[in-house]
Amino acid sequence: MADSASQSRSRDLDKLLLRSGNLVGPTFEPGTELRDALNEFVRVLVIGAGGLGCELLKDLAFSGFRNLEVIDMDRIEVTNLNRQFLFRLGDVGKPKAEVAAKRVMERVSGVDIKPHFCRIEDKPISFYNDFHIIVLGLDSVEARSYINSVACSFLEYDSDDNPREESIKPMVDGGTEGFKGHARIIMPGVTPCFECTIWLFPPQVKFPLCTLAETPRTAAHCIEYAHLIKWDEAHSGKTFDPDDPEHMQWVYSEAVKRAELFGIPGVTYSLTQGVVKNIIPAIASTNAIISAACALETLKVVSGCSKTLTNYLTYNGVEGLHTKVTEFVRDKDCLVCGPGVLIELETSVTLKKFIDLLEDHPKLLLTRVSVTYRGKNLYMQAPPVLEEMTRSNLDLPLFELVSKTPRDIVHVTGAAGKGDTKQSCSRKLRVVFKGMDVDMAGGA
Amino acid sequence: MIKLFKVKEKQREQAENENGKPPVKKQSAGELRLHKDISELNLPKTCSISFPNGKDNLMNFEVTIRPDEGYYTGGTFTFSFSISPMYPHEAPKVKCKTKVYHPNIDLEGNVCLNILREDWKPVLNINTIIYGLYHLFTEPNHEDPLNHDAAAVLRDNPKMFESNVRRAMHGGYVGQTYFTRCM
Ligand SMILES: [Zn+2]
Repeated sequence: MADSASQSRSRDLDKLLLRSGNLVGPTFEPGTELRDALNEFVRVLVIGAGGLGCELLKDLAFSGFRNLEVIDMDRIEVTNLNRQFLFRLGDVGKPKAEVAAKRVMERVSGVDIKPHFCRIEDKPISFYNDFHIIVLGLDSVEARSYINSVACSFLEYDSDDNPREESIKPMVDGGTEGFKGHARIIMPGVTPCFECTIWLFPPQVKFPLCTLAETPRTAAHCIEYAHLIKWDEAHSGKTFDPDDPEHMQWVYSEAVKRAELFGIPGVTYSLTQGVVKNIIPAIASTNAIISAACALETLKVVSGCSKTLTNYLTYNGVEGLHTKVTEFVRDKDCLVCGPGVLIELETSVTLKKFIDLLEDHPKLLLTRVSVTYRGKNLYMQAPPVLEEMTRSNLDLPLFELVSKTPRDIVHVTGAAGKGDTKQSCSRKLRVVFKGMDVDMAGGA
Repeated sequence: MIKLFKVKEKQREQAENENGKPPVKKQSAGELRLHKDISELNLPKTCSISFPNGKDNLMNFEVTIRPDEGYYTGGTFTFSFSISPMYPHEAPKVKCKTKVYHPNIDLEGNVCLNILREDWKPVLNINTIIYGLYHLFTEPNHEDPLNHDAAAVLRDNPKMFESNVRRAMHGGYVGQTYFTRCM
């Protein structure tokens, strides 16, 4: 009885995992072993338990993944209930991650979901290395950029600048804005990382301050006036906190006054929240479609049961339906996912000598060099005030300056090239000290 | 990839046995870009930069401008810059710390400069912004007012505007507002 139930439960999945086919990935080995591994071995981290996150947890649980964890710092609000279908009225005020995990576990037997009610930055980097794949259901460029840099930090390159397969931390990223959405696969070192294609997310358009102050024309102008100008006037020194309902209420009531003064209609509390937090109304169906694509890609990456998306899918349901896959390419000089230039040094080499070496290095030809290491500015060639503060480092061995780390990443900026074709640039260097490490290749 | 995952599992167990040291936090792409911008600064002699939090915190700094032409000649104006980890995707936040009688800077220090908001693009940099700020002092304009009264005076009575600016910079009242000396 139990057997036939579990068979029927994995019936659709079995069609993908137990049979070979023409579209399978190169390393695909169909069989029950694969299905069991998916169930028992593979650990998936879902980031975000909002509109997209709820869908993702449900989809992944139904796709045979049993070891899931979810991280989200938000609590449930009334306005979430229309689309974040795992939550009920009685859940308002509770952490999203905890309620979402509980609801999916109640409905899908055998699934274990561990919730984390915290910021993504609160977790140590090693936390993220424990997962085989990371699925992102986020609405912020900043959070994506952070997770991307964490996942890329696990990447290692061999001495021929090829990524080491076993160091690749795959990510599947979904995003929605109203009727539009995207799903993409990031295999650091193989497909473009988030930072390689940051231009896909253009900077948010902001209203000129003088328009807000002098010639408001829309409800949004009135709200931004209250938020950006009036707040500072009334609360000298106190920072506005968008998550504090009292602050938001104050901005709303000031915006209403402003709108009355100029005869502008349309200021509401929810519009105020939307403008201040830059929220575009979410559509439940867009979340469902994007999540389905992400869950399927996660299954494909992990199992190899089909070739994956290459590598960026866009969906647009504004008028009819338009969907398209674009293959973006990596930025080979990307500071986050690129291999960087391998430099081998004696431990006695001073920072000054190191800088001189970069000028002659055939791959760099770098002049006017400044050096930074893990947030410490070892040498700044400009402005004069920083040059003076860092000059004394020039005579110290680089090995000492990097706390005697046998191999690590150092970033430099300077002018590359010769003569009139000099171009300013930033470069990532994989510095390896000779005789200090058996493995000479260095990590990313 | 499952096979690969299993290989990785083994390796990680070994690595953890070898050294339990957790990896250190990385610099964000924004910090690296800012590092590049700062290391390439090429400021006119009327502008200077300082780092109140030391050489390793470039995300917050101050720029001081001493205009050598125009209405504001002889004054000293300090701006605070606060840079987000998402720089240059997001523009720096700039405020004028010196209270100034200026059509495009309000009494709270908000600055109306197009490249700080509606015209910001990631190809712009810190140098561009500093030049833009310097420009505000040599050519204040009444068309983008943040200080409504100052803008109206500049438009209707430039002579009076000039004397108001002098009075404010020497420390004194313009209308109801007191300005501290910044000469
Ligand atoms: Zn990249």
